[in-house]
Order: sequence, then C-alpha cells, then structure tokens
Amino acid sequence: MATTTAAAEAADAAGGEREPVLSVRDLRVWYGTERGPVRAVDGVTFDVRPGETLGLVGESGCGKSTLGRGVLGLTPTGTALSGVVDFKGTNLVGLPPKRLQKLRGPDLGLIFQEPMTRLNPLMKISEHFEEALRTHERKLSKTAIRERALEALRGMGIPPSRYNSYPHEFSGGMRQRIMIALALVLRPAFVVADEPTTALDVLVEAQIIKILADLRKNFDTALVLITHNLGIVAEACDRVAVMYAGHIVEQGDAREVFANPQHPYTKELLRSTISLSTTGLHYIPGSPPDLGRPLEGCRFAARCPVAMRGCEEHEPPEVVLAGGVRSACWHQALEADPSLGEELGKDGREPLAVKEISVADEA
Amino acid sequence: MPTKPDTESVAVLDADGGAGDGARQDVLMEVRDLQVHFGMRGGALARLTGRKKGAVKAVDGVDLTLRKGEVLGLVGESGSGKTTLGRTLLGLNRATGGSITYRGQDLAQLREGRLRPMRRMLQMVFQDPHASLNPAMTIRTAVGHPLRIHGLVKDDDEYDAKVTDALERVGLTPPERFLDKFPADLSGGQKQRAVLARAIIADPELLVADEPISMLDMSVRAKILQLMLDLKRDLDLTYVYVTHDLASAKFFCDTIAIMYLGRIVEIGPTDQVFSDPKHPYTKALLAAIPEPDPHRGVPRDLPRGEVPDAAQPPLGCSFHPRCPVALAGCGWEARDLRALLERRWLDLPPQEYAREKGLIGNLDVLSAPRLTTVALAPGKGHDSAELVEYLRQLREEASETEPREPFWRGVTTMREDGGQVVVEFAAPADPKLLPVVDSDVRVACHLYGESQA
Ligand SMILES: Nc1ncnc2c1ncn2[C@@H]1O[C@H](COP(=O)(O)OP(=O)(O)OP(=O)(O)O)[C@@H](O)[C@H]1O
Ligand SMILES: Nc1ncnc2c1ncn2[C@@H]1O[C@H](COP(=O)(O)OP(=O)(O)O)[C@@H](O)[C@H]1O
Ligand code: SF4
Ligand code: SF4
Ligand SMILES: [Mg+2]
Ligand SMILES: [Mg+2]
Repeated sequence: MATTTAAAEAADAAGGEREPVLSVRDLRVWYGTERGPVRAVDGVTFDVRPGETLGLVGESGCGKSTLGRGVLGLTPTGTALSGVVDFKGTNLVGLPPKRLQKLRGPDLGLIFQEPMTRLNPLMKISEHFEEALRTHERKLSKTAIRERALEALRGMGIPPSRYNSYPHEFSGGMRQRIMIALALVLRPAFVVADEPTTALDVLVEAQIIKILADLRKNFDTALVLITHNLGIVAEACDRVAVMYAGHIVEQGDAREVFANPQHPYTKELLRSTISLSTTGLHYIPGSPPDLGRPLEGCRFAARCPVAMRGCEEHEPPEVVLAGGVRSACWHQALEADPSLGEELGKDGREPLAVKEISVADEA
Repeated sequence: MPTKPDTESVAVLDADGGAGDGARQDVLMEVRDLQVHFGMRGGALARLTGRKKGAVKAVDGVDLTLRKGEVLGLVGESGSGKTTLGRTLLGLNRATGGSITYRGQDLAQLREGRLRPMRRMLQMVFQDPHASLNPAMTIRTAVGHPLRIHGLVKDDDEYDAKVTDALERVGLTPPERFLDKFPADLSGGQKQRAVLARAIIADPELLVADEPISMLDMSVRAKILQLMLDLKRDLDLTYVYVTHDLASAKFFCDTIAIMYLGRIVEIGPTDQVFSDPKHPYTKALLAAIPEPDPHRGVPRDLPRGEVPDAAQPPLGCSFHPRCPVALAGCGWEARDLRALLERRWLDLPPQEYAREKGLIGNLDVLSAPRLTTVALAPGKGHDSAELVEYLRQLREEASETEPREPFWRGVTTMREDGGQVVVEFAAPADPKLLPVVDSDVRVACHLYGESQA
C-alpha cells in the first residue's frame, strides 16, 4: 500500500494493518416491492482502510450499486437495512437521516455515473463549489473557498482560468472530473464511485483512473470503486470483492485474485472478459438468479462448471485462504477442512448434472 | 471469408492501387473522399452579418474499400465521426461530398426513392437496444418490420415463418416464447438479439453495427459477439463494426480504421495495427487500455487534454495539441499557447500563478481558432518587455526539460511590437493518409516521410 501520511508510515513500520475507516458486517439491504422483498444485498462483510481502494465487480443486477448506496445510507424509501456499517466508530445503519446528511460531504462521498445530470446548467463551476463548501463549512470566506476549489480542480487537471465557466462549456470528460473534484473538495474520508467512467472513452477513463489512484496516495481517501471493467480493477485497486447475487463470493488482494482466482464465479468472470489477449470467446451461460425469490444453497450452482450435487442445497461457508483471500465455495471449504464434507451429504460431492441453459435466458 | 476467428487469412488492404497478393476479394463498397458536414445554425444576427458559424466536419475526407466478407472496425473516441460515417454508408445521413460506390451506383448521389430498395441490403444495429425497439410493438411486429416495408412476403404465413426463422437464428428459442412479447419483457441481451433478428430478416449484405455491445453487461458481450460471428458465417455478411473498445475490435475485426476528428488517421490489417501501431494517436489509445493482467504496472503515459471541439478543429494535424512528438509544421496556433500556459499554471502555488497570470492582459485573444500570428497585450502594470521575457524564459526552461515540449518547435518568432508581444507560428501542413513502406498500413502523420505532401 502506497500511502504518504505519517500515520500510515507508523503503521507500516509497526508491521501492522491500519484500522479500517469503514467496517461492514453482515449488511443486508432489501427492497420492498409488490412481489415481496428483493434481497439485493444479502449478508455482506468487508473492511476498507484509509488510502485503500476496493474494487467491486460482478454482473449487472448482483447488488453492487445497492451495496454502494447502502453503506452511505442512500437507499430509496421502503428499503430495509440490517447489519453494521461502522464508520469511525459510528454505526451508520439506523442513523437518523439528519445525522447521515451531516456526514455526507465532509466524511462520506459518492461519485455518480452521469455528470450532466448532477451539475446545474445554470450555475457556474465556482457557484457549485461555493454551495458545496458553504453547506458544510459555513464560516469559509470567499477567498478560502476559491483556494480550496482551485486546489481540488487542479488535482483533476481543470485549469484555474476555467473557474467561472458554465458546465456546458466543458467536455463530458471534464465534467466528470469536475464532479469528482466537487465530491472531493470536502475531503471525505470514504468515497463510493459507482461506475465513474463507464460512459467515457478509454483515454479519459485512463486519466480519471490515474487521478483516483493519486488521490488515495495524497489524501488517504478510502475508495470503493464499482466497475464492470476488470482491467481497471487490476490496475487501480488494492483489493477486490466479487459480488454474485447479493453475496461477496471472493475478496482479497486485487493482484492475487486476478493472478490466481479461486472462486469458480471469479474464474468464469475473468475468462469471459474480452481483453487485448482474447483469442476465443467464452461466456457464462444463463444469468444471475432473481433476487426476489428465496434462494438456497450456492447461488451460482446452476451456472457453475464445477458444481457438486450438495452445492444446490447447502450454502458454502467462507474460508480464508493463503494470502488472506476469502472465498465462499465448497471446493475451497473442503480443502481447508475435509470434515465439512459431511454436511454435503452422501453423494454431495458428485458432479452436478448440468441443466441445459438456453442462450436466450440471459441478462 | 476473412473473419479472423474462422481463418488465418486477413483482408489485404489495397494501398492506393498497389494490389495485395493472394486472392483479391470482391469489393463490396468503395468510398472516396467522403465528407459529411453538419451546418451549425448560427443566430439571426450571424445570418444578418453574413458570418457563418461554421460547420461540424463530422466526416472529413474519408477513403475506404470494403471487401465482401470483411469485418471493418471504425475505432476512435467520442465525436470522432464513427457513427456518422457508418450511417452515411447506409444512406441514413446525407454526404456533403465524395462518393460511395455500391453495386455500380453512387449512394451519395441517389435520391431517397432510389435509395429505399438498396436499404434492404444495408442494415444497421444501434448501440442502445432499449431505444431501438418500439416499446408498443410485439417482437413479431418489430422483427418482421423490414419484410413489410420492402414487400418481401406474400402472406401472413410466410411472414411468420420468416420471423420464426430469424428468431431461431439469433437464439431466441423457442420462438413462440418470444413472438408476442414486448421489448420491456426482454433483457438487454435478448433485445439486442431481437434487433439483430430484424437486421438480418431481409437478407442483407452489409451490417453496420454501432457499438452493439457497449451498453450490455460484460457477461453478455461475448455472447452477442459470438452470435454476430455465427450470423456472418451463415449468411455471408460483411460488417462495419463501430466501437471505442479496442479489445473487442482486435478480436472481431479484419481491418481497423482509427478515426480522429472526422478523419481516418491509420488503417490496416488488425494484427499489423495492433502489433506495430504507427500513428501517435493509435499508440496512445493502445497504451490507455487497462488490462486485467496483474503483472502490468499502473504508470502509463497518457496524452494530455481531450478530443477538441469538432466545430473548431485544430490547424494542421488535429491531434497536434495532444501529440507528444509533434513537429514544427503540425499546426501550432494561438490556442496551443493558452493550453500551454494553463497546464503550467496547474502546478504553481497560488501566488506564483497570480503573478504569472498578471503579466498577461487578456488571455481570451488566445482562444480564437486557427491563429498563426497573435498579438498579446501585457497585463496592468507590466510592459511588453516583461511579457516577452517571461515567454522566452518559458521556452528556455522547456528546452532543458524532458520529455521535450513539442509546442516550442512550432513557435517561429516572439517579439515586441507597439507595446504588445507578437507570437508567430510555423506554417501548418495537413497530413495525408498515405501508405507506409513495408506494411499494408496507411497512416496520416508527418513523422512518416512518405506521407508528407
Ligand atoms: N445531426 C448532427 N448535427 C450536427 N452535428 C452532428 C450531428 N451528428 C453528429 N454531429 C457531430 O459530428 C461529430 C461526429 O459525431 P459522431 O456521432 O459521428 O461521433 P462518434 O464517433 O460516433 O462518437 P461516439 O463515440 O460518442 O458515438 C460530433 O462532433 C457530433 O457532435
Ligand atoms: N429501487 C429498487 N427497487 C426494487 N429493486 C431494486 C431497486 N434497485 C435495484 N433493485 C434490484 O436489486 C438488485 C441489485 O441491483 P443493483 O444494486 O442495481 O445491482 P448492480 O449495481 O450490481 O447492477 C437487482 O435485482 C435490481 O433489480
Ligand atoms: S459452491 Fe459449488 S456451485 Fe458454488 S461455486 Fe463452489 S462448486 Fe460451484
Ligand atoms: S502529424 Fe503526426 S507528429 Fe504531427 S501532430 Fe499529427 S500525429 Fe503528431
Ligand atoms: Mg449498478
Ligand atoms: Mg457514435
């Protein structure tokens, strides 16, 4: 971990890991719908430390955005939350909206996908910063605001001479960088960025990823980066969490997980990504399960190439593997502790006969 | 058929008359000096004063030869003109210049009435599957639509048989399950399959697919690409694949055309373009792709800035403001001086920034496009001697810094004149797309001697 603060150096010198800025324990986020609850996040546990970037990946509909909003308390009304989101000693779950609102900005930040919808076309960039800073730091003078804003903008490569321009005078990439500057001008300790570069071109995307990487170095910001681009995770994240159907199925050091994926879903996801070294197409048949129905056993069983009979009924326990990687799959669980096999029953370890999945049954 | 995944053979690019050896493929479409300029509506005042606000040169002099069975990739950043070019090939946009020869006729000149029967052979697949299907139409009606407009069936039975066949081909099976569904009942991938079914139902020759997978979830992308490969093989299709995703283009295309601001800056067989990119822009694009390879490090040199406004393109080579190796004649102009100053100021502490900015009167004189001579007034309380000294000092500093700032190569003089500082730039030259020796690639860049006019 490359961090520059004294605290980080002290912690590194002591050989210990730094205290997480955010600790999530058994978080559940259920949407209330006419059909009953949709269990979009269903028991998720992870930590994020200062200056660390955690990449969150998985297919569409697996609960990434819900998790990102859930930890910030930004879920729509009618959503049920349970579990613990410990932010510097305060449990955010169940915190009154007023107190959450206060934390948002100076402590917790969110970067959305579409920049144009978030910047007011009638307000100059300077006015956006004045508004953001005044809301949380009432006593700042106009000069102080300007200095803080220009510093944040400079970090994103927006020249000071453009401070008084309107949003439409910038390109899409610049607007997205302005949005990021706005989220960061309050120096939040923890930021969720939900697909911040999906709508952008490779070059602008690469610039933003570089900026986010600098950020954690310079400000010790902890970041959860939600993306469908596994290349970005490999390059810009310290750790990665792979989500499937409301669960985190594998998490650990990003390089370790990519070099040596353990969970069958991670393996399949990596294989099906089209990259410069792709020479043949591979894909995972079918699609993630409907989270509005009760699910039992391993949620990936219907699509898993190495599923066993017992997987369909018995939920795999999470085990910690070498290098600190956690995976929730019976194969790794049995390797770690063969006695667990009894739980799978008599023929539980026989290969599961794969049902033919029609190509059309897909996301 | 040259589709890469099927065979090893690669479409040989005909570099201006030089016939490639091996079996020459039939030419399907020949595009010469194609231009698509969109007029910009200036205000009433602009019309009164006769000052045109100019035009967006969305496609600005494109030459292409599309061979039967080929997959041609149009790759470039947003606004480079990929979609406009693709649409124009199908007659969905009007060309404002040049020709598109298809089946002995020039599509660029054909009237709408004569164009319509051609459209059956030329189909388009759009980026957003949600927007390309009418939400009020069942799949049966939507997919069979081209059959009706082109009058290709005699009765409902034949209609249903063709729709069923098309659905089967795209994997929407059993078709009965989908015929009476509405788009809202389908997932993104299923919708894109339906869109493909509609595109192939009239038995076309050419399919222009505009970012067909970019709105889809990553796990569905490979499936749709595989389907497109299957369709191509079964139906003898030719594809133009529009994308800004280089990884899928590398896998999918036989030929790659890299576009920048309305022009093709590099074109050639995919493997050559990827293994030995020539144009600095191509190199930059390739370097920017994040790879899920844990052994590749983070630091990458990215070109500065962004794609310029197509309504006011840079002088000379459009890429010059971002090009790390640009030469004197690449098109330097006043706007580049402003960008240079702003880049410098980004890194300065506030006081120094204020001091340096104070030396210059009004920066806005540097914002007018295509100025090769500009007079810069000093700021309040300063004189031209101080200003010219400042600029010379910047140049001096730059000459000692690596990587070398290419901007200064383009500055021919900086002198005081009547209390102002006049800066002059080298004459700009437009790079032409010309063949590179010892390869099948053509490139538009002054670095390649042969391509200098
Ligand atoms: N109907 C139109 N009127 C005016 N300008 C247009 C029109 N259509 C496109 N343009 C302009 O032409 C240029 C090229 O646009 P085009 O949509 O072809 O780019 P593209 O390469 O497909 O970009 P993207 O990757 O964002 O889809 C842009 O500057 C665009 O704003
Ligand atoms: N406001 C909502 N009401 C009901 N269900 C929702 C809502 N938002 C998301 N969902 C459902 O929750 C699940 C997870 O969605 P989401 O968090 O958006 O996943 P991702 O970001 O991974 O694509 C999906 O099944 C989705 O349909
Ligand atoms: S628990 Fe069984 S079904 Fe689930 S991922 Fe592991 S092997 Fe596959
Ligand atoms: S012509 Fe070549 S060297 Fe000159 S600016 Fe363009 S890309 Fe760079
Ligand atoms: Mg999402
Ligand atoms: Mg486009």
